[in-house]
Amino acid sequence: MARRKAFRWHIAVFLAPAVLVYTAIMIVPLIGTLNLSLFGLVEGSRVFVGLRNFAILFGDPRWSAAFWNALGNNAWFFLVHMLVQNPVGILLAALLSSPRLRMAAFYRTAIFVPTILSFVIVGFVWKLILSPIWGIAPNMLDAVGLRGLFAPWLGREEYALTTLALISVWQFVGIPMMLIYAALLSIPDEVIEAAEMDGVTGWSQFWKIKLPLILPSIGIISVLTFVGNFNAFDLVYVSQGALAGPNYATDILGTFLYRTFFGFQLQLGDPHMGATIATAMFGIILVGVCIYLFAIQTRLRRYQF
Amino acid sequence: MSARHSTARSIAAHAILILYTVIALFPVFVIVVNSLKSRRAIFAEPLALPTRETFDLVGYRTVLAQGDFLQYFQNSMIVTCASLFFVLLFGAMAAFALSEYRFRGNALMGLYLALGIMIPIRLGTVAILQMMVASGLVNTLTALILVYTAQGLPLAVFILSEFMRGVSDDLKNAGRIDGLSEYTIFFRLVLPLVRPAMATVAVFTMIPIWNDLWFPLILAPSEATKTITLGSQVFIGQFVTNWNAVLAALGLAIVPVLILYLIFSRQLIRGITAGAVK
Amino acid sequence: MTRSLSLALLASTALGGAAAAQDVTLTIESWRNDDLQIWQEVIIPAFEADHPGIRINFAPSAPAEYNAVLNSKLDAGSAGDLITCRPFDASLELFNKGQLADLSDLAAMENFSDVAKSAWQTDDGSATFCVPMASVIHGFIYNRTAFEELGLEPPATEEEFFALLDRIKEDGSYIPMAMGTADQWEAATMGYQNIGPNYWKGEEGRKALIEGSASLTDEGWVAPFRQLARWKDYLGDGFEAQTYPDSQNLFTLGRAAIYPAGSWEIGVFGPQIDGAFEMGAFPPPVPAEGDTCHISDHTDIALGLNAASANAEAARSFLEWVGSPEFATLYANALPGFFSLNATPVEMENPLAQEFVSWRESCEPTIRSTYQILSRGTPNLENETWNASANVVNGTETPEAAAERLQEGLASWYAPQQQ
Repeated sequence: MARRKAFRWHIAVFLAPAVLVYTAIMIVPLIGTLNLSLFGLVEGSRVFVGLRNFAILFGDPRWSAAFWNALGNNAWFFLVHMLVQNPVGILLAALLSSPRLRMAAFYRTAIFVPTILSFVIVGFVWKLILSPIWGIAPNMLDAVGLRGLFAPWLGREEYALTTLALISVWQFVGIPMMLIYAALLSIPDEVIEAAEMDGVTGWSQFWKIKLPLILPSIGIISVLTFVGNFNAFDLVYVSQGALAGPNYATDILGTFLYRTFFGFQLQLGDPHMGATIATAMFGIILVGVCIYLFAIQTRLRRYQF
Repeated sequence: MSARHSTARSIAAHAILILYTVIALFPVFVIVVNSLKSRRAIFAEPLALPTRETFDLVGYRTVLAQGDFLQYFQNSMIVTCASLFFVLLFGAMAAFALSEYRFRGNALMGLYLALGIMIPIRLGTVAILQMMVASGLVNTLTALILVYTAQGLPLAVFILSEFMRGVSDDLKNAGRIDGLSEYTIFFRLVLPLVRPAMATVAVFTMIPIWNDLWFPLILAPSEATKTITLGSQVFIGQFVTNWNAVLAALGLAIVPVLILYLIFSRQLIRGITAGAVK
Repeated sequence: MTRSLSLALLASTALGGAAAAQDVTLTIESWRNDDLQIWQEVIIPAFEADHPGIRINFAPSAPAEYNAVLNSKLDAGSAGDLITCRPFDASLELFNKGQLADLSDLAAMENFSDVAKSAWQTDDGSATFCVPMASVIHGFIYNRTAFEELGLEPPATEEEFFALLDRIKEDGSYIPMAMGTADQWEAATMGYQNIGPNYWKGEEGRKALIEGSASLTDEGWVAPFRQLARWKDYLGDGFEAQTYPDSQNLFTLGRAAIYPAGSWEIGVFGPQIDGAFEMGAFPPPVPAEGDTCHISDHTDIALGLNAASANAEAARSFLEWVGSPEFATLYANALPGFFSLNATPVEMENPLAQEFVSWRESCEPTIRSTYQILSRGTPNLENETWNASANVVNGTETPEAAAERLQEGLASWYAPQQQ
């Protein structure tokens, strides 16, 4: 864009601070790290090995089994969020945004509280509640006569991942709720009034008028959920440990990456294989985000108010 | 729209919201209740309210006795607020450039600025730490502010540029006809209109900053620069964790964020009403 | 905006630069958050009283993050002067990278046996890079009050052990054994590594595995898994989701009779039980009466010197003190259950700690089987052992299948096991 008729300095001024800070502190270090995926240790010194690490990650049955297991778990983790977190978030936002709702501020705050909690507390309290030993969940089920449904969910391979995903939904439902809420509030009153004149009210108003208007925001929360889930790590780490038990049933890409990159217990950190996994994850997320940016976002109809 | 119909709807809305509020707050209730009990009582009956025998402020006492928690709170506040300020300002500026102007490389720049949400910044730790060591910023709050600003920018740009695309062109063009500079248009016309989005971004940005353990541990572990989250970690031991103290410390730690949240979510409403009046 | 940023930058550099003092301050990197008070109140004052001009700052970080944080800090050059050393490869790697200094010439090294030093030496034993601080011993802690109430005696053999568990279970007032599999390491460390040495014959079996003359599918290595598989019936309801702190709480609240333990629990349990009942301890039961008993007496913690430290001289004098009998006595008594590795015998006041350490006389000590050399490759034998032990206790994998999987994994990268 250099030296045409009039160089629009203001564009550069608007972009410069963000680009500079972001490039220096985030991009440069991260490129340095991802670059490690092309290197390996040969007899103690760092050597360029080309794509050999990727060949190991996808070719060696041990590495690839761990990778595909983590990817599959991650996909399920994401699916649960898309099917539970986002619809619930949209529903709550829709209810909250209805005019004349009393106590809206209270609900909005209360529902957002879990999002603020640190993972340490979230892990502790849910383990306490779901624990077979200290009795909160078993007794509550007992009280409604469903004691038989109780199982040590976090300890069973078949339930642990879904349980964790639901805990994560509980924690983060405030995020889609708030984004959609902001979007719903931005719809001008004139639009709503016009709809009401035409007799479009209640749910049909939501479906026919509001939902199309907030589609771009739903697009954003979907892509943010995707990115967030494929980078997730803390919740599994604090509640199931770095080995993501039972039997790697809750291992997602984030835990697999951290275990490899930083090491765990006697396993030494391996920056080369770690960077390889990170690059693979980056590729997956990049593809997802590009699909959104170039295929979905550009097609969403946007309304200007 | 009959009145009875609307009452029924409003009852249903409240029922759903109350149900979800209970789900959201039940675990928080468990946390608060148990932070007021002795360790024995936590595990003997985790749901029981503290009684005269089990009421115990040992957690809070331990927290106050070990380390300067007021200082930690202050550090967390400074880091969070300063980072938020830079993220919002720089992020909004960049988002405006991306959404307002057509220039070559716009889409690529948008993608470039979004890369940061796709790779966890922790992976760059060693290089970041080296940079901070070289510039003498280790054990300063500045180091944390810089890292969090960089970390928060991609998401801010991503969300804000989406919202800025929804700002009316007519308004901006009217400003241009009146001879306003691009800077004035941005600061005077556009920023106030995207206040709800700014408030949303502020909330999303502050939570991971406030709760982050990793960078304080690496970049600023000294006593004078500890954040509240890092300060609370001292109670998590290798073999035994002082849950009374952890619950007390981290429970108290949500109060400032909750206040910030209330401020921002009020901004959100106010932004809307201001926009409506325009 | 940029101006206020650079102002902030300036202000903070000025602040950072102002922190200089006449005294040398040594910073200790550690994962032992648990010991913060003991260092601040007992150990550091004792040292500083005799060594004017040297100040010590004990700066522990979250245990789970310690290795990652330490490595990052060492790579970037911001780590403290003294480094708490994990045993074997984690520290060896730091020494090989030139980040830990060679301490072989430290006079205090004389105070330690070769076995004590082995966890912090190069494979050929030519250089020692950390001063050994303590080892931990595995065994079983039991609720003595409950045992007396039910008329039970600590078991000596495997058979007696299960008979005992059966009796506690029949009685029904206590959960026979407090252990869970949610955190995996309980099953591996307090289970497999605790009872295993009796079956693989301690050091003999461990060394044979390293040489490649024994295999993890040999009876001596599968038998402990068979034992673990039998434990399942004696654990609490929902043990699959029971975490390590849950197990500790079950025992200290008096709900479980036996706790498969590491000796570090002595110091943890004492204050938590607070006199509600008496504790006792017994070593892992032997397979048959008259067998030699073996215990895991695992070298666990040491202190090394950051090779990049600007205060190496002061740090060395501190390390000399850490190697002295004076430190050993202070440490072992402040942290009952962390046993001194110093050749000079240490007087300990805690009776339970005395019980544990007395097994050093009657049994053959060994260290955890997976720690030396065998966890160097991928898959990592220690991690896989955690996973396998938890699976075996859960009943989702048979002992034989677990052993076979571990052997296959080890043989995939460890040359002596490939013949």
